[in-house]
Amino acid sequence: MKNIGLAFFFILLLVGCENDKSFKNSLDKAQISESDIEYFQNLVGDTVLFTVDQSGLRPDAISILNAQVKWLKEKTFLPITIEGHADEQGTREYNLALGARRATAVREFLLAKGIEQDRISIVTYGKERPLRVCSNEECWSKNRRAVTVVGKKIVE
Amino acid sequence: MVRHSVLKLLIIFSFTSILFINFSFVAAQKNDAPQLDMTVNRGVIKPISLAVPSFIKESGANSIISRELAKVISNNLDSTGLFKSIPQSAYVSMPLSFNTPVQFSDWSIINADVLVMGSVGLKPDGRLEVKFRLWDVSQQKEIGKGKQYFTNSESWRRISHKISDTIYTRVTGEGAYFDSRVVFVSETGPKDNRTKRLAIMDQDGANFRLLKHPPSLVIAPRFSPTSNKIIFTGYETGKPRVYLMDLSSEEITSLPELKGMSFAPRFSANGKQIVLSMTENGNTDIFINTLSTGVKRRLTTNNAIDTAPSFSPDGKSIVFESDRGGGQQLYIISTQGGDAKRISFGKGRYATPVWSPRGDLIAFTKIKEGKFHIGVMRVDGTKERLLTTSFLDEGPAWAPNGRVLMFFRETPGRAGAPSIYSIDISGRNLRKIKTSSFASDPNWSPILN
Repeated sequence: MKNIGLAFFFILLLVGCENDKSFKNSLDKAQISESDIEYFQNLVGDTVLFTVDQSGLRPDAISILNAQVKWLKEKTFLPITIEGHADEQGTREYNLALGARRATAVREFLLAKGIEQDRISIVTYGKERPLRVCSNEECWSKNRRAVTVVGKKIVE
Repeated sequence: MVRHSVLKLLIIFSFTSILFINFSFVAAQKNDAPQLDMTVNRGVIKPISLAVPSFIKESGANSIISRELAKVISNNLDSTGLFKSIPQSAYVSMPLSFNTPVQFSDWSIINADVLVMGSVGLKPDGRLEVKFRLWDVSQQKEIGKGKQYFTNSESWRRISHKISDTIYTRVTGEGAYFDSRVVFVSETGPKDNRTKRLAIMDQDGANFRLLKHPPSLVIAPRFSPTSNKIIFTGYETGKPRVYLMDLSSEEITSLPELKGMSFAPRFSANGKQIVLSMTENGNTDIFINTLSTGVKRRLTTNNAIDTAPSFSPDGKSIVFESDRGGGQQLYIISTQGGDAKRISFGKGRYATPVWSPRGDLIAFTKIKEGKFHIGVMRVDGTKERLLTTSFLDEGPAWAPNGRVLMFFRETPGRAGAPSIYSIDISGRNLRKIKTSSFASDPNWSPILN
């Protein structure tokens, strides 16, 4: 499963190359070490997706979060902020509350798997920070997300 | 032929940099019964035909102001959909002096129902002197009494709004709303990288100004009842938090007693309390915060999302949205706490309820079958009426007189962006408010002092 993911990542990089220079840059980029944050973002997966109006963790989210836990346990010095997001199909305030629910669902999972409580902050952005901008399910499904940002801590 | 009453200049306002309003006089005017009947045929209002000649130029005044005073009044009254200005090119005569008798035949021949006569002069101390009288053309008599204003010359627009309010109130019997401002969020940049800034403008879109604040995300500013402060949600610390801004100094203070994430704040009608929602451990509930003491009181306690609270004008109740019953619906709870009573029961999801300043209606956003609507219902949940429909209409805000709503409409897709609209609570007269950037989250001030 992980190998397929890696292969797919390399294919994406190759497809994206239009000249020799960027091809070289991409190769350099591809040789990221397992301890890099970039590795966590792209190969472990920093983002989990949610069903419309739901904050329950789906099976696809749980497998990503298990991988996150494995990686995070080796980097005990890194703080984490979990950002919760919603798609544009709801009102502003409700989506803020929904994003908070989603971020909290991820936080609860990480805590249950033994990640230290004082490493984790959460924040909701509601529908304020869409990743994709089309107005149909293709984009909405990518915007209903919780992102685990490593190295970021919100100071109260 | 013309019954010409002696002009009674009842009030002489003294203006410094800020307009000073004599409230006792305004109150006396409120007792004037509407002087004209609006004709309603098959649900279509026949607008009142209005003549507003350029104000008569008296000593020292410039002709730009004399024209613009009339123009702003025409625009204001036309924007209600209840009046229709006759173009000045159709006039058969122009008044030459403020005190000469009105030639009613010149105005009845172009079918004017109402004539607004005004004059503007510049005093030696630099102040403007503005006078106006309102005439019923068919009855050949004055509606109400003449008024006179003094102001510094930069404030001429506000005089136009005050005169518009007087005309609107005398003719329709409804409360005033033109001398008011709107705070909102000005939006620039692409949809996936928007910059949001707090901004303020006059009700008609004039005098647009960005407010100073840290560059982080801001959401939904709302006026204090005296219009000198706003409360809003900002991300300066990295998470949503409620902040107060003094509008004269643009100084920002946070409410230190808040924990976790806080958002959706609104003032009570007396300005002493703020109701807001706060999220702790993923659960969002309603709290009341007393500004003078900083004491925070929890109002709801369940596991549902309780947010978007709004005070009733008498300060006794709060309407909010909650998904405690499954989907988003509207509930009313006493500010003393206790059980919340559900008031919305239709199909779809109800959100962002806002109590009318008159106390009679609640405006809301409704999401039904993939469409968004702005609607109103009575406080007991009956007589629901949807006023708009689109891909995304959201966030109604009441005009000070409780007869008009502003909201924002966002268009779909990659280039999708929000604009502010207004609509009459009858469902008529949908209008886009011109802004120099994308604009969302409007909030309407009370009538200014």
